[in-house]
Amino acid sequence: MIERADVIVIGGGIVGTSTAFFLRRRKRSVILLERGLTGQQASGVNFGGVRRQGRALEQLAMSNRALDTWRRSRELLGEDVEFLPSGHTRVCYHAHDAEYFHRYAADARAYGLDLDVLEGAALFRRFPFLGRDVLAASISPLDGHANPRLAAPAFGRAAARLGARIVENTEVVRVEKEAGGFRVESATGDVYRAEQVLICAGAWANALSTQFGEPAPLTARGPQMAVTEPVPYVFQFSMGVYTSIKEESVYFRQIPRGNIVLGGGPPGPADAGTRRASVLPANTVAQMAQFCRMVPAMRPLHVIRVWSGVESYLPDSEPVIGPSTKADGLFYAFGFSGSGFQIGPGVGETLAELLDSGSTPVDLTSFSIGRFQRASSTHAESVTSETSP
Amino acid sequence: MAATVIVIGAGPAGVRAAQALVEAGLRPVVIDESRRDGGQIYRRQPEGFTRTYDTLYGTEAQRARALHEAFDALRPHIDHMPDTLVWNVAPNAVHVVSGTHHRELAFDALIICSGAADRVMPVPGWHHAGTYSLGGAQVALKSQGCAIGSRVVMMGTGPLLYLVAAQYVKAGATVSAVLDTSTFAQRLRALPQLLAIPSTLKKGIALMGILKDARVPIHRGITPVEVRGTPERGVQAVRVTLADGAMLEVECDAVALGYHLRSETQLADLAGCEFRFDHALQQWLPVADEDGRSNVRGVYLAGDGARVRGADAAERAGRLAALAAIKDIGMTCNEDDANKLRTQLSRFTRFAAGLRTAFPWPARFAATLPDETIVCRCEAVTAGELRRVVNDMGAKEANRAKAFSRVGMGRCQGRFCAHAGAEVIAAQARVPLEAVGRLRGQAPVKPLPMALAPHEDMETSE
Amino acid sequence: MSGRFVRVAEKERRTFGIVIDGRRALASEGDTLMVALLTSQEDLRDSEFGDGRRAGFCVMGACQDCWVWTEAGERVRACTTPAVEGMSIVTRLSQAEEGVWPRL
Repeated sequence: MIERADVIVIGGGIVGTSTAFFLRRRKRSVILLERGLTGQQASGVNFGGVRRQGRALEQLAMSNRALDTWRRSRELLGEDVEFLPSGHTRVCYHAHDAEYFHRYAADARAYGLDLDVLEGAALFRRFPFLGRDVLAASISPLDGHANPRLAAPAFGRAAARLGARIVENTEVVRVEKEAGGFRVESATGDVYRAEQVLICAGAWANALSTQFGEPAPLTARGPQMAVTEPVPYVFQFSMGVYTSIKEESVYFRQIPRGNIVLGGGPPGPADAGTRRASVLPANTVAQMAQFCRMVPAMRPLHVIRVWSGVESYLPDSEPVIGPSTKADGLFYAFGFSGSGFQIGPGVGETLAELLDSGSTPVDLTSFSIGRFQRASSTHAESVTSETSP
Repeated sequence: MAATVIVIGAGPAGVRAAQALVEAGLRPVVIDESRRDGGQIYRRQPEGFTRTYDTLYGTEAQRARALHEAFDALRPHIDHMPDTLVWNVAPNAVHVVSGTHHRELAFDALIICSGAADRVMPVPGWHHAGTYSLGGAQVALKSQGCAIGSRVVMMGTGPLLYLVAAQYVKAGATVSAVLDTSTFAQRLRALPQLLAIPSTLKKGIALMGILKDARVPIHRGITPVEVRGTPERGVQAVRVTLADGAMLEVECDAVALGYHLRSETQLADLAGCEFRFDHALQQWLPVADEDGRSNVRGVYLAGDGARVRGADAAERAGRLAALAAIKDIGMTCNEDDANKLRTQLSRFTRFAAGLRTAFPWPARFAATLPDETIVCRCEAVTAGELRRVVNDMGAKEANRAKAFSRVGMGRCQGRFCAHAGAEVIAAQARVPLEAVGRLRGQAPVKPLPMALAPHEDMETSE
Repeated sequence: MSGRFVRVAEKERRTFGIVIDGRRALASEGDTLMVALLTSQEDLRDSEFGDGRRAGFCVMGACQDCWVWTEAGERVRACTTPAVEGMSIVTRLSQAEEGVWPRL
């Protein structure tokens, strides 16, 4: 059976489903192809932070767009994905990190991100439960968190209600340029055609981008997640430690039902091939000690479950977003390096704009997939020049 | 250097496994969550309690005593770690916690004897205070000398239904009714298989006699309708439909509920064991060969934790698994011993099949549970909410349905909701039960305290 | 002293005092905390999700229904924790004085 649409979206995570949603609002026809079920991979296992604070400044335009969508998510999607505008706070243990908080707050203001930085008595008045190792807190009052298990599937259903064709249990094995567009083939031989293709297949995008001579050095890693039993709802925000010491970098958020979702520290092993990732027992034990340090009140609590999943990272921890450098009409969005959840709907909206109208006011140059070819070709040049007489 | 063998569970399977290992000259580590050995069926009462073995264990008094004495004799030759939870399994190591102390213990061989717990089918109102599992009602009596209430209704099916009722009657507690969803006809059909172990069959019949003498009302072929109660006071009555269609309401202040047993397979899951859907049992079980070898090298499964065949089978399976481990380590193993055990176990397998014929799991109830029935006790998720995620969100598989509905996300990690939840999903999605799959196992197998000591600092005893 | 559980055996044991929701109660040596609580009152806690009082279920540490708060803000699983003299348990968190959890 041959199916045709304006756009084929390959990958049903938060980026793919939100792109399909926004394309339909622009009346473009969309086929979304997802190997498993929507939102099952990184989009479904992450922490659920809806956080602009801390992103590279280049991401903030899309991140602001995303926040707008999260705030209107119930009305836009017709479903509750449990977005809570509870604020997001970063804390730190080291003086140089506190200095960075002030610098980032100053820089971010120009991008529409207004942060409050607290220290000393004011810090502990605001957050009396914080461990006394904490030096400073940077608060982003408008950020928040949502339920990652619900979000991408909800975008997918909303896109379907608007007329997108969402095809699950369909693995894409080949994407080829042909006259007038692209030919996309599934593992079972189904063929789909479109003028434009978006590859947002997370850890599996590289297999497809390579077909166009654009490999990207993705590494798969597993977030180390845990959750406590439900306890009285007192932490009405999302909070994490900002630090260069990986073991210290833990974060938590409490949901109104009472469970506290925990994550952070060094990532665990993940295998894109087997789609398996695990939580190392030592990481769970270490995380718990860090949480008790950040919030001593957590000491009496219990972790009832841990989980992980396949997230994919690029060497500079920034995603690939934007047009292919090799094929006209081909676009990419992947490699969100553990920070794709909040920004996903903003990327989706921006890509829909780009695919539909041909341009976007958002500057995507720093996210180009071309940066990995430039890096490797620069390396080749320097080797040549060293060896030439 | 001698191989390190870890046995998880000091019930019938674990004790006999440890015994075989000690006989072979090894010094196994025996880890159990409880303070005392014995598992569930042969739970030892606290020190200082005075009831005799006959009072506590009835017809099984001799077996219980033999098991306890065997363990006591083993103590100097094993590293016993009581009050210790194995919360995770890694390749060739287990992760344990006791209080706030924790450790990683490497193993060459691991024998998982994790036992079983009750299989439950929800009924409206089963969340009310005063509803317990049949196993729970038994533990309260056996281990603590308490009845779960002053007027107890026992409902469900399986040999435990009659055993616990008879134990309560003998202890002087009031059993207001025994309500069995299975029929006499099913019992008759099972007779040929039940005759595999005639002594057990006879014991079952004798239990019936105890109940009849005490004039406990027994009804078979019933359909549970409701556990009536209030949020503040708990259970007040049980309502059922009798086999002839009439409604029966029995006033009570406690209900003991259960439909035979379900293997506790979480550790086998974390150890990486392959699971297969067992069509006869209509549940997912870890794959093991006749001797208890799983598909993971060095990991063995024995007793009710692998496949429910009862305590007597568990003792034999524990020993057989230990012999397999001993052989696989490269030590000499008595093949005659192993052969005898295999033969004996096949009789227990037949008997267990007979129990399933006599006391079938009432899968059909899942489809007709009223929407407001709580399916997941931990998260208070109802059948209606579960059906909604099937219908409105296309969730036809257990983990997807869990992600959307929260069924299975609670503290018990699906122990008491997974089976019925899968039946509800299958009925609503109109797919075979096997297609619903099973909940992915996630550590810790039971809640893990956040306040763990900063470093591994646990001692093993002796 | 009337509760949910009924002592039918081992009735001649030394007793000791515990505190439940600020009220003195008697437990017997060898009781689990669950039995100590349920021989004195009818339940252990509120369900977090509004369906009423809970009193445990499996009595063998599998269902996790019987976790209770101590007055000191700790969590214990009642059916697998021995009752100890002086234990102070809060079964109605909403009625307790502030400070059971979180402790600052």
